Amino acid sequence: MDVAVRPVRVALVGNPNSGKTALFNALTGAHQKVANYAGVTVERKEGRVLAASGRSMSVLDLPGTYSLRARSPDEEVTRDAVLGRLQDEAVPDVIVAVADATNLRLVLRLILELKAVGRPMVLALNMYDIAQRQGLRIDLEKLRAELGVPIVTTVATRKRGIEELVAEIETAAGPGWTSEGETWTAPDAEAIRGAHRRAEQIMRATVRPPERPDTLTGKIDGVLLHPVIGLVILMAILFVMFQAVFTWATPIMDGIEAGFGLLGSGVAAVIPDTGSVWPLVESLIVDGVIAGVGSVLVFLPQIVILFAFIILLEDFGYMARAAFLMDRIMGGAGLHGRAFIPLLSSFACAIPGVMAARVIDAKRDRLTTIMVAPLMTCSARIPVYTLIIGAFIPQQTVWGFANLQGLVMFGLYAAGIVSALAVSFVIRKVFWRGAVEPFMMELPAYKKPDARSVLLNLWLRAKIFMERAARIILPLMILVWAASTFPYPPEGATQPAIDYSFAGMIGHWLEPIFAPIGFNWQMVVALVPGMAAREVAVAALGTVYSIADAESAGSLLGATLAAQWSLATGLSFLAWYVFAPQCVATLGVVKRELNSWKWMWVMVVYMFALAYLASFATYRIAVALGGG
Amino acid sequence: MSNVIKLSDARVGDRGVIVSVGIHGDHQAEGIELERRLLELGLVEGANFELLHEGAFGRDPIALKVDDMRVALRRKEAASLTVELAALPLAAE
Repeated sequence: MDVAVRPVRVALVGNPNSGKTALFNALTGAHQKVANYAGVTVERKEGRVLAASGRSMSVLDLPGTYSLRARSPDEEVTRDAVLGRLQDEAVPDVIVAVADATNLRLVLRLILELKAVGRPMVLALNMYDIAQRQGLRIDLEKLRAELGVPIVTTVATRKRGIEELVAEIETAAGPGWTSEGETWTAPDAEAIRGAHRRAEQIMRATVRPPERPDTLTGKIDGVLLHPVIGLVILMAILFVMFQAVFTWATPIMDGIEAGFGLLGSGVAAVIPDTGSVWPLVESLIVDGVIAGVGSVLVFLPQIVILFAFIILLEDFGYMARAAFLMDRIMGGAGLHGRAFIPLLSSFACAIPGVMAARVIDAKRDRLTTIMVAPLMTCSARIPVYTLIIGAFIPQQTVWGFANLQGLVMFGLYAAGIVSALAVSFVIRKVFWRGAVEPFMMELPAYKKPDARSVLLNLWLRAKIFMERAARIILPLMILVWAASTFPYPPEGATQPAIDYSFAGMIGHWLEPIFAPIGFNWQMVVALVPGMAAREVAVAALGTVYSIADAESAGSLLGATLAAQWSLATGLSFLAWYVFAPQCVATLGVVKRELNSWKWMWVMVVYMFALAYLASFATYRIAVALGGG
Repeated sequence: MSNVIKLSDARVGDRGVIVSVGIHGDHQAEGIELERRLLELGLVEGANFELLHEGAFGRDPIALKVDDMRVALRRKEAASLTVELAALPLAAE
């Protein structure tokens, strides 16, 4: 294609915490597309800009890095995108190196490395207002001469310098750049030292240290990284976060549930009840599509609230501190301090948790984190726990203050956490033979989060979740619906229809396997649709026990279960749900994130094995104690 | 008494200059990789450092000021750096 008409391809490269994403947002506004790079699971963020001259540009926000010598999948994408090695990605016409003006040393070394690649480059000195406030003097003319690249000062959060940057990019792109030359080779330690010396020289020649250096970060760290106070504050933040996720979200979730209920009954009322096809169509749309999408979208409020906390804490600069505080505690189990955030997210849903594990640059640590993330009690288990606890655990006070039902709920959460730590310990011992990846990271200066950028990120997260619900979960729900609907029950059937379906057949067929852990065939049947999403098991139990609308008639279902199951069976079912990989969507994401069928199957096998063992032990012990 | 120590033996408040990075003669792939990563994070010979914070358990990990940025690492990694401590607490630079 003619270079003059196709958009200028621009790639943003910079250290983590350089305000690169803020600059990307300022450049492209809401004109962003989030997808994945072909073949890898790193997020690809692209946006459009129109230069004053009318020339259009496509801007790529590449993951932050300290070096082109990549260590994590994210950093590999940055390297390969810059070098034009990515499949389906053209070489960028212009590289924009984004630098935090108050923290130049490391980025200067990165710029020297980028220059060796030989692409046209522009340096954006971002957060220039903070540098000025600190009285940091940068001799821009001299820096330009030393580096040999044009420089633009920017304040991304206030959209300052953006037009100048766009103009500079356009000039750098020139009328057409065609060289595909790639001259980069990974530097060895001596080359890195050499580049540091060169960067140091440039620093000395062009930058006067700040007159009023940032002392606030040091003061805040004195509290937040304090060995005792810091941990107490971290726990307090977590407490508030959980309160928010589980209480603030409830009214909105109820609203969404009611909305989908109304939609379902509305659609059902429109579809005629005659003939043999219409009821089937109605069932597919109402029970399959609407109920299925609804059962996933109902978690959107929780995910939005959770991500609001995560994005705010990340933008403020706290997440690196949380990793610092938690590293030793998690390290005892063989986890990286950074695994803290993905595991925390997994309390809402394992899917964002597994995806958040991308922040861990060490491959083994990332894998271990992903393998244990589904053991964290996700919110989809709550409806199941609530139902069974309500049916079998008496509402009474123990030890004078604790509610027994609440205590059991807490115990289930604790069981998930403890087993996650134990499993990661075993994974490290068995698969890695005790090898430990290094833990090192920058503790960025604290910054006030920018409201617009937080909202934009939140919107992107919500959009990704909804798209995933549509693309992965919807087909699964339809599959499960089909398995629970076909074939039809014979004439004069006495059992609920699901009993004659494929799901029912599977349930009966698997029953002998589950008998030793106290499950009856109805429970096994409910487990099959429960594979689509854990909480669907509640609705499925309602179906097999012929209780319409089980979720709203929860107490009726609870009473039925209490009458039909022994206490030992109820407890066994709870134990099963702590461990079983009862969520196909999570398995799908794990497969994609690790790009490996093998590890997905390792997860399936180990979780089923743990679930079976735990339920077996629970059932047998409960029976022995007289709960049979 | 020599005031050149391993960074892993430093305590809160210690400050000085980084003398060497990487374990000399360590030609294991892991050692080479660690050295490069430390360097890329700005832990380079000649950089000024100050140990700011220690973790609650086993005084691990540690948070350092390295020139004008802050870095966290475990004592295990810090063992591959040697530092020269300033003889006396420095007055304002």
